[in-house]
Amino acid sequence: MNIIVCAKQVVDVSEMKFDSSTKKPILQGVSQKISDIDKNAMEEAIKIKDKHGGKITVLTVGSANAKERIKELLAMGADEGVLVIALDNIDYHMTAKLLAEAVKKIGAYDMILCGEASVDLFSGQIGPRLAGLLNIPQITYAMKVTAEKNSVTGEQNMGKNVVISESTYPVLITVTKEINEPRLPSLMQILGAANKPINEYTAEALVKDVKPIVETIDLKGVSMERKNVIYKNDLDDSVEQLVNSLAKEGVLGG
Amino acid sequence: MVLVYSDNKKLVFEMLNVAVELGKNTKKKVIAVIIGKPDESLAKEYISFGADNVFIAETNFETFKPEEYADILSKVVKETSSDTILIGSNKNGKELSARLGGILNAGCVVDSNNIYIKDNNIIAERVVYSGNAIAILKFNSKPAIITIPPKAFDPLKKDEKRKGEITKKKIEAEKSQSKILKVQELKSEGVNVEDAEIIVSCGRGFKNKEDIKLVNDLANVLKGKTVGCSRPIAADLKWLSEDHWIGLSGHKVKPKLYIAAGISGQIQHIAGMRDSGIIVAINKDPEALIFKSADYGIVGDLYEVIPKLTAAVKEKMG
Repeated sequence: MNIIVCAKQVVDVSEMKFDSSTKKPILQGVSQKISDIDKNAMEEAIKIKDKHGGKITVLTVGSANAKERIKELLAMGADEGVLVIALDNIDYHMTAKLLAEAVKKIGAYDMILCGEASVDLFSGQIGPRLAGLLNIPQITYAMKVTAEKNSVTGEQNMGKNVVISESTYPVLITVTKEINEPRLPSLMQILGAANKPINEYTAEALVKDVKPIVETIDLKGVSMERKNVIYKNDLDDSVEQLVNSLAKEGVLGG
Repeated sequence: MVLVYSDNKKLVFEMLNVAVELGKNTKKKVIAVIIGKPDESLAKEYISFGADNVFIAETNFETFKPEEYADILSKVVKETSSDTILIGSNKNGKELSARLGGILNAGCVVDSNNIYIKDNNIIAERVVYSGNAIAILKFNSKPAIITIPPKAFDPLKKDEKRKGEITKKKIEAEKSQSKILKVQELKSEGVNVEDAEIIVSCGRGFKNKEDIKLVNDLANVLKGKTVGCSRPIAADLKWLSEDHWIGLSGHKVKPKLYIAAGISGQIQHIAGMRDSGIIVAINKDPEALIFKSADYGIVGDLYEVIPKLTAAVKEKMG
């Protein structure tokens, strides 16, 4: 079974700082990581390979330093990596187009696995877009995947319902965080990853006119103006003061 | 034309508000789309909430599959020469719109709650970085696809006298290679946190599943009766079903009162509750992040604080 795992390098939102006057996020210098849910996709790929054999290719569209991140996934168990080097300002349309072209370069595949969304922007567009471009079925929000020789079933978390879908290959599946616990590679695996190949392409080598349809023209800060009245002394007094404050706010007694 | 589609009619009512505004500004008509069986009474309802026309795409497909619906919708877009497509942002809607974007080579913005025209371009805003910033996104080409979450807009006033044209057309679509084997209800306790006015939420500060009773009691005296929780309680420990889960990948809520007990205040949780009216935090760690996002807070052991608070609220409310 040939599996392609799409993974994105993202800024670590928990380490993001904000400009104190504009409240705008400062993205420069923030540490980067593989989007958490993409690691769940990687873990699932390894499990499927353990059962059926085959090859796992990790595919990333991102800046040149994403190569270091790809190595983490090679250490987990991917066989090779493909990095399409593109500017940060490209949109989902362009990213999906570059992924689709890179998939064609990789060649025959049975399954593409993605995280349901990246943890920085949380749109969840890439999986379904890529499936649309490649004209293959999509099974989204999978909490469980069972791959057989000729077909695969996925339990989809669709909010109110769980939808159990089955598809033939090739298929694109997006997974949720609940599907598994991504493994931590051993030191030997981390060292071994250095010898695994990573093929690099420039975006321009794959798509002629690389420019976004949807352009981010600004990032506004969000101010979380809260009263921050914290009671921390005598508990009975604290409770009384809190209840009085809530009554004054008019939020008691629906 | 401005196209509006969702499999949830309430979402269509809400989206028609924005669609009418966009239609006015771009001098385009608003078309609501129904996919499936021709439901004329629903079509009339769409017209009474602001649609100029309704396009019924008749199909034989019994259930939603993104491959088939994206194919159908792409044909409706062409048939109606639409350049703005608003889709309801439930899970079906999100995967449908992204796939449609792929097929049509069109831009798509997911979960936008502010849409307007500036210098003849459509601008859509959405929350990014776990609720810490708002991206302002400009469409440089058409069609533009935008998904809109529930309750982002109020429906317009219903006017049953409004007239509109209803078009019915059979739309053929390529059959999907996927098959739905079974649909079952996700384990749920029938809670609707999104509609709640008062929510009491619990997090990792609770030691046992049974202790959630404390939160229940407080919610009951507050007449809120709605219990929420952070990720670990629903997703990892499974002490509560996912309909209680508030956060970035759970539900987004905006009650008038939100009480967070034993919740540390990770940004993913804050992203789900930041629009609440008044936020109260109870945590034994004075440094807990949750206090930064709270209007009022008590530093203390929730096992002591909640029973006292429950009693005090009961007394106050009589």
